[in-house]
Order: sequence, then C-alpha cells, then structure tokens
Amino acid sequence: MKKIILNMVIALTLTSGISHAAGMGADDPLLTYFKADKLEIRDSDEGNLLVWEFDAWIGKDLDKFWLKSSGEKLKSEIESHDIDLLYSKAITAFWDIQFGLRQELKPKPSQTWVGVGFMGVAPYLFEIDANVFINDDSQVNIRLDAEYEYMFTQKLVLIPNLELDIYSDNDDVRGIKSGLASLELGARLHYEIRRELSPYIGINFEKKFGNSVIEENSETQLVAGLSFWF
Amino acid sequence: MRSVSNIKNKAQNQPENMSRRRFVLGVTGSSLLAGLGFTPNILSAAIKQAQTGQTTLTGKVFDLVIAEQNVNFTGTAAIATTVNSSLPAPTLRFKEGDTVTLRVTNRLKETTSIHWHGLILPSAMDGVPGISNNFNGIPPGETFTYQYQLVQSGTYWYHSHSGFQEQTGLYGTIVVDPADSDPVAYDRDYVVMLSDWSDEDPNDIYAKLKKLSHYYNIKERTHQDLMNDIQQKGFSATWAERSMWSEMRMSQRDLSDVTGYTYTYLMNGITPVDGWTGLFKPGEKVRLRLVNGSAMTFFDLRIPGLKMTVVASDGQNVEPVTVEEIRLGVAETYDVIVEPSADTAYTLFAQSIDRSGYARGTLTPDISLTAEVPALDKVADLSHGDMAMDMSSMDMSGMDHAAMGHGSMDMGTMDHSKMNHAAMANAPAKPEMDHAAMGHNMPEKPVDHSKMDHSAMGHSMPAKPVDHSKMDHAAMGHTMPSPKMKKGITNPSDFSTGKLLHAETEYGPHIDMLAEAAEYRLNDPGVGLRGNGRRVLTYADLKNLRSTTEDRDPDREIELHLTGNMGRYMWSINGIKSANAEPLRWKIGERLRITFVNDTMMNHPMHLHGMWSDLETGDNDFLPRKHTVIVQPGSRISYRVTVDAEGGWAYHCHLLFHMLGMFRTVIVS
Repeated sequence: MKKIILNMVIALTLTSGISHAAGMGADDPLLTYFKADKLEIRDSDEGNLLVWEFDAWIGKDLDKFWLKSSGEKLKSEIESHDIDLLYSKAITAFWDIQFGLRQELKPKPSQTWVGVGFMGVAPYLFEIDANVFINDDSQVNIRLDAEYEYMFTQKLVLIPNLELDIYSDNDDVRGIKSGLASLELGARLHYEIRRELSPYIGINFEKKFGNSVIEENSETQLVAGLSFWF
Repeated sequence: MRSVSNIKNKAQNQPENMSRRRFVLGVTGSSLLAGLGFTPNILSAAIKQAQTGQTTLTGKVFDLVIAEQNVNFTGTAAIATTVNSSLPAPTLRFKEGDTVTLRVTNRLKETTSIHWHGLILPSAMDGVPGISNNFNGIPPGETFTYQYQLVQSGTYWYHSHSGFQEQTGLYGTIVVDPADSDPVAYDRDYVVMLSDWSDEDPNDIYAKLKKLSHYYNIKERTHQDLMNDIQQKGFSATWAERSMWSEMRMSQRDLSDVTGYTYTYLMNGITPVDGWTGLFKPGEKVRLRLVNGSAMTFFDLRIPGLKMTVVASDGQNVEPVTVEEIRLGVAETYDVIVEPSADTAYTLFAQSIDRSGYARGTLTPDISLTAEVPALDKVADLSHGDMAMDMSSMDMSGMDHAAMGHGSMDMGTMDHSKMNHAAMANAPAKPEMDHAAMGHNMPEKPVDHSKMDHSAMGHSMPAKPVDHSKMDHAAMGHTMPSPKMKKGITNPSDFSTGKLLHAETEYGPHIDMLAEAAEYRLNDPGVGLRGNGRRVLTYADLKNLRSTTEDRDPDREIELHLTGNMGRYMWSINGIKSANAEPLRWKIGERLRITFVNDTMMNHPMHLHGMWSDLETGDNDFLPRKHTVIVQPGSRISYRVTVDAEGGWAYHCHLLFHMLGMFRTVIVS
C-alpha cells in the first residue's frame, strides 16, 4: 500500500509539468488547503464532547492528495479518531474519485481500512462525500456525508447535514451493528465573519442502532463551534 | 479631411481650438520634463509614494521606468507596480505617422514587459514574452527599447504582459492624435481610465478562486430573493426556475469572479471616495476617452443627466450613436462626446457588473460643485439565454415567462407584462406564425409552435433554421441581423446557428457546461442592463465610420469555443488550456471569419493581438474594427480578421485570471 501511495506521489509530481501561458504564471499552481470544517463542542449527556472534522489537501486542479481527520474527545479521552489519506482525481465536472487508506486510531484496537469514494456536488447543490472501505476482517463500511448550504443572507448560512454509517458485519467489540449502524442529522447556522472564518451554533441528532447484543441509543445535542480554512 | 461625422457640430472643422490646446498643456504642465521622459517625482527621490491620478507624456522618445512603489487606496499601505512612479501609468500622447521610441527600464525583481494594446505594430514590438518575435520579457535591471511607427489614431492603452503586474498597477492610456484633422470635434479631451485595485497579492486572489470559486461573490441569491420570487411568480414557477439552476449546479449570480469585496474601483487612479474631477465650461464639447484597464472588472458607465455620443470604439471611429449607458468589457475603449450645457456638475458613474462597487468622477464647471452619486443598481440574475439552454427540451408548463427576465431580448419590442403563458398553451395552432412582434432569442423547435401564439409573446427565442421558410425576416425584429447579400456573391457570413457541435476535448472534468443553443445576441446589452429604462449601447449600434464595402469576404472560418469549469476555476479554449494547446497557424494574406461560442456563463473579452477584429454586426458595409470583443455568456459572435501581420501573436481572454488558460498563441507565416 505504501508503494501505491509513493507511486501516486511520483505520478502527480511528474504529470504536473510546467504550464505557463507565455510570460504569465502557471495556470495550475500547486496549492495547499486546510479546513476545519467542524470544530465544535456538543453538550452530550456525558459531558462536553469535542468534535472535529478537518480536511487538508495538496495538489492541482485535477489531482490532489487529501488528508481527512475526524474524531471525538470526551473530557480528556479521545474516543474516536479516523485519519484518511486519499488520492483524489477529478473525473467529471463536479465529482472527484478518491481512494486510499483509512487508519482508525481510536477506539482501540486500531484498524486499517482501504477504500474508494466519491466527493463532489450533486444536482440541487448537495455536497456529497460517499465512500466504501474494507478492513482486514473483510468488514465493509459505507459512509455517506451530505450537506447543503442555505443562504439567509450573504453572511448567515444554514447548513443542514446528514451522516450515515453502514456496516456489513456486527462488531461486538466496538459496538457496531451490521446494516445501518449510526445516523447523524444536524443543522448549523454559520455566520461568515469573512469567507475563511465562521463561528456557528446548531443542533445535532445522533442515533446509534442496536441489536440483541448492542445497545441502541440516541441523543440530541446543542453544538457551538468554529469553521475556518486557509 | 476624412469622412465627416454626422454630429451636429459647430466646431466641426476647427482642428485645434484654443481651449483644447490649453487643456493639453495643462495636463502636461505637471510633467514639464516629459520630453526628456521624466516626470517630476521620479527626479525627487524623496517621494516614495506613487503619484495617483493623471500624468501625460508627449513627444517621440520616452523613458519609462517600471518599479515598485507604495500606494494607499484603502487606508492600508500596499505595493504597486508603477511606471515613472505613477498609477495609472502616464498617458502617452502620440501623433499618427510618428515613429516613437520607448526605452523601458525594469527596476522590479522580476521580468516585466509592456504590451501596446490595440496598436498595429510588428510582432517584435508587441511585448508578449515568449510569443512576440525575439522577445522574452525585460529582465530585472535591463532596458528594452521599443520602436514602432503609429499607423493609426485613437484611444488605446498599454499594460504589462508579465505575471499579474497588470493587477498591481501597470496600465496606462495611449492617445494617438490623427495626422489629418479629426472627424470628431471637441473642445476638451479627458482620459477616463477605469481600473480595479486590490491590496491582496494577485497570486493569493488566484489561489482563493481555485479553492473557493465564489470566494469574492458577495451578491449570491439569498432567502430574500427566494421569498420575493415566490411572491411575484408563485411557488411553482419559482420552483421550476430554482430547480433548473440548482440542478445544473450553477449560480445565477456568477457575474464577476473578483468583486468589490476586495477591489477598490479607480477612475484615473482615484478612489470613489475622492473622485476624479474634470472641468468644463458650459456649452463645450467634451471628449471622454473611456478605457477599461481593469484586471477583472466589467464596468457599466453612465453620466446621469448627460447623453453620450459614442464616436469611437477600441480607438476606431464609428458612426456617432447617442446612448445613456455603456458597458466596457475589460480592455475595451470607447470615445464619447458629451455636451454639458447647464452650469451644473455631473457624476461619471461606473458600476461593476455585479454591482459590488463603482468608480466615480465628476464633470463640473466649478471645482467646488459636485453632483449626486446614484445608488448602485440592483444586481441582476443571469437568464436562460446566458446559459445557452435549448428551451425546447424543457418542460416549461410551470413557468411564468413574464417574470423570468429572459436573456438577450430586443427590449424595444418586448412587453412581458402582457404575456400569458397559461392561455398560450390552449391557443389554437397557427400554421402561419406571425413573428412580427417577436424580437426572439431563444431557440425552440417547431413542434412547440403549434401551442404558442408567438405574435403575443414578444419573447426572445429565434426559431431554428428549419422554421425560416415560413418566417418573414424583414418583419421579425430578430436579434440576428440578416447579412447583406447585395454584392451578389455568396457571402460566408450569416447569422444562422445550426446545431452546435462540441469537440471531444470539451468533455471532461475541466468543463462544467456546454452551450446547447448559442445565439447571436448583438443587440443584447447584456446581463444587468436589459430593460433598465436607459438607452444602452450594444454591438449592433456600432458602425464603422469608414466604409468596409471593399473589404474582402472571408476565405475560411474558424469556430472557437470558450470553455471552463467555474467551480474548479479552470479556463480553456475548445476545452484545451493554453499550456496544452498547439498554436493557431494562420496564413499571411488570408481573411478569416472567427466565430466564438461561449460555453460558459461568464462574459469573456477576447483580445487578438496585432490584427483587427472586424466585428460582424449585420452590416458588412460598415464593420466596426475592434481589438477586444465581449463574448456574452452562452452566446455566439463572429468577426473577420485580415491576416496581415507576420510573427507570433497572443490571442486570449482579457480577464487576467482567465487568460492563463483561455489563451492561444497565433503564428502567422
């Protein structure tokens, strides 16, 4: 797997080429990007939960490397933390295919996944990140993330979102039920102080599905956070 | 004396009247050493601050020094790229027939260049690094000597063709006084150079557009617009329209990539807060040389209370036409005559196309008198025509066309308020349609006609050629002027628009839209100016002052598609960006017809170096000559080029952040 990633890095570097319109700069410069899409506190039943979803990429118009990090921290304990390292290639006007690795650092024991996904904008302007990953135990995970921006004003933007996790098998150790395992529905009201910086408040509904072994629970939380990018 | 304009003008044959003389001296007075090529402040080394406002240099030999200079337009100090410490660069006043020598010294840390925009000159003097013959830019510390003869007169401009220096201040006006008497008479003469200034590094602006293409769009549709639409059009029509745009994943407010969010718009280098001032005496004819020297901004200019008589377009004399408002695409120039008779002040008001700001000046008989500054217009939505949709494929049953604001209509014949589509659907079939009232501009298939009473529509859809047999073109008030065939030879220029074919290279992740039905929209003033109650100049109004009857017909035709992906911020021609494109190879002596099809939803000002673009406006006897032609979103436009200049030439969109990709090298041999 490391070899594949290395090859992809080399391929990206080589294909980037030099592209200067005469006398002008490169039309397709190598850029870097970081976004704290969510960095928020949720008032969960067990206390304040810190939740983050970070995206970063380096690349050019059509080819990028993505690094995604998401996790939850309760008190001083990191409860969950995933890191995705993906190669992303634009395949249509609005969609990128992304493939690579996911390292699930928490909960322990950590596990490694490999997978493929699609990220882009669907008709009606839904922003979608959908992917399927498989791990050593042939457990398959389908994850769907969808959000929409509704502009009340140029600065006040409501962002409803939906997150689904579907698994092929039960995982009693981690408390994961096969089929639809968890669902998150949220709505966050952002105020763009400037494009790169928007504090927000919102509401988040979380449901974890259960079976005879796994306990089912759900919770509605108020959230307050900050989104920023550069 | 060349052909005489039809301006009613008492001073017609007075080539050099006193006040004009004095005016010219007045301006150059601030740079008495102009002949030596030095402005006063380059001599006084103590002055680090760039001079903003106008300076003028005259003569045959010029020394231009390009350097970095401090400026402050926004309350924050920033670094600009200046010529002889001036922003805009000094106005260069030449005389037709003269051979001028311009020694350009680079005091920057990077390569620079100057391109003389619109001047007909040898390739080696055109100033595009890597394309102009034997020219690779002016390295730091070096001086390059440009020398060329002026074979034309009129208003032009010059700017850097290196990096993003054009954004940071390297632009100035060129005025070439005619060798013979001017067909245009005037008492005073002002340059009005419009530009856009940002404190941001242009590289950062470009990076932001790549990361979030609507970063600078502060005029998106919001909740309030939706509510207004529902109230005005009803829910189902609003839904139909909104779903169409969001299904396509397009913004109906994608008017300008970079806006007043970062830009301060300048008139002659002066912010709207301060405002540029031009003096006049009541009764004088004042010639305004309007130049859009922006990097990214289309300006809509008007002078409330004054009509403007357009006498030249892109430096070339046109038959005078009187209007109230002019859209200046990036790099276009217009010369207008205004005659302020009253003893009152007037505001020159140039709002950006997305209405996020304006540049401002005052024409006044008294320096203490100013005029009211009008409010910015409401920002407009792009229309169906702007996205070149083939309406025939759509279910329009739920739409209220009356409220839709269709693109590209002949506003003179339209009256949407009287339309009733609900009734139309039930109207009996009309085998012989009455297109007389149409002023159409949206393609539709014959099958739809049976259900519509077009005579009542005032719609803007030109029917496809298949319908033409039944139409009375003369009576149509079509947006597409029929070509004249009076020379009795087959004229390859017509305005019919057959099925659009897109090359294979136009499919892929770098393209987000392809025109389905791009129409000629010569008399469409463009998004934001349609039906605004003012007489707005359109390309259909432009007629060359000189006859072009003897000009050759084109030998061959080239169709170029302007393509891109707004979201990814990638721009190209025929789906191929500059870096991957082969040069266009043209034969010396040939006459081309070039047709642009705009597959995007943005206006692109296309600029051909070295050769004129003879714009087909419908009257082949008076084709206006241009150097920069706006290709409206989703539209089609054609011009003719006499390929008479050997060497390498640049051919590109003049929006600075588009041209990196939307660019071609032309090699004439």
